[in-house]
Amino acid sequence: MDVPSEYRATKPSQKRRPKGNKGGQPAPQMAPPQQAYYNDFNMQNQQQQNYMQNFGQPDMFFSGYNTGGPGAPGPEQQFAQQYLNNPMASMAMQYGSSLAGQGKDIVDKNIEKVMSSSKVKYYFAVDTAYVGKKLGLLFFPFTHSDWSIRYNQDEPIAPRYEINAPDLYIPSMAFVTYLLVAGMVLGTQDRFTPEQLGTQASSALVWLIMEMLAFSLSLYVMNLKSGIKYLDIIAYCGYKFVGMTVSLLAGVMSSSTVYYFVLLWFCLALVFFLMRTLRVQIVPQSEVEDGHTRGTKRSLYFILSVSLVQPLLMWWLSSSIMIYKRL
Amino acid sequence: MAIGLYSLLEAAILCLNAVCILHEERFLAKVGWGVDQHKGFGEEPGVKSQLLNLIRSIRTVMRIPLIGVNIATMVLKLLFG
Repeated sequence: MDVPSEYRATKPSQKRRPKGNKGGQPAPQMAPPQQAYYNDFNMQNQQQQNYMQNFGQPDMFFSGYNTGGPGAPGPEQQFAQQYLNNPMASMAMQYGSSLAGQGKDIVDKNIEKVMSSSKVKYYFAVDTAYVGKKLGLLFFPFTHSDWSIRYNQDEPIAPRYEINAPDLYIPSMAFVTYLLVAGMVLGTQDRFTPEQLGTQASSALVWLIMEMLAFSLSLYVMNLKSGIKYLDIIAYCGYKFVGMTVSLLAGVMSSSTVYYFVLLWFCLALVFFLMRTLRVQIVPQSEVEDGHTRGTKRSLYFILSVSLVQPLLMWWLSSSIMIYKRL
Repeated sequence: MAIGLYSLLEAAILCLNAVCILHEERFLAKVGWGVDQHKGFGEEPGVKSQLLNLIRSIRTVMRIPLIGVNIATMVLKLLFG
């Protein structure tokens, strides 16, 4: 829908559109709650203005009052005008938005009890340069020399500024991409049904959960006091999906041997990557003179077992997709 | 091998049940895994004492909720197979 430029110029507050709102849909039903949660995104005021002026309108470019529009208003605008002028409709809109706001408050409070959202936000503070560099590191970690993480008053710096810090963006994206690529590969083999997507998803998730439980359990049992948090563990266990996705893609584009080679490469790279990263994070206890050698040996065993489990899982999950017996 | 989330839940419940069944006096002390035998103020708790601590704490924490979870699982299995 074309809007004459002078019309748009009269509403400068409309220029900033909330994210994910392309394509002329009405503003999302998120009435702005007064929480610090949204202050980061800096969308609160714009959303409020957009919402107040846009509700009931099929076209976002027009404000609520159709003054000074181009020529005669079309049929949609007339319908919207009638809809808007109905006081009951506008009241219902406001009531619905307040309900949505309350629901969001309740959900946020409950989520806060389970998992602090500010900690999770730390893991998603990434930008394109970080993602590119980290992916390059996952592909080829052998030339990287400095694996330490800089800390800022007992807290690691955001991944945006520190390439060695773990993040949750790449693992979650890699997981979803892996599921989609798996579906595609199954499709090329005529084995695809929509339920397969769900089964593959839950299967991968189950293995991930089991691996995380084993990780946390062995950290506790071996008494390795380290600065690794639970979300870090999810991140480290999720990096293998990158390798699995790329090897599946390579395998589907050419033969199975290429798949095996690419998988082998990524297994080696991931083992190297994890060993280097974990060695920095898991500090062996050196206070007790008796436990000095024991501590380092235990941490070495731990790092070795974690790193070597990754190729196993990578092979297990992706080979069931790639290799199949023709019945 | 496609494992679903329900299978994981069942496996977890079974494992927790197994850990909670181990009786302190009748069994663990006989094997040498009793609690009094190992509780001391050592500087560095070894793997074994950490494991025993883990077993003991699982038993203490999960005994009552496991009763409820087991009853619920039994009812669901009876109803839905």
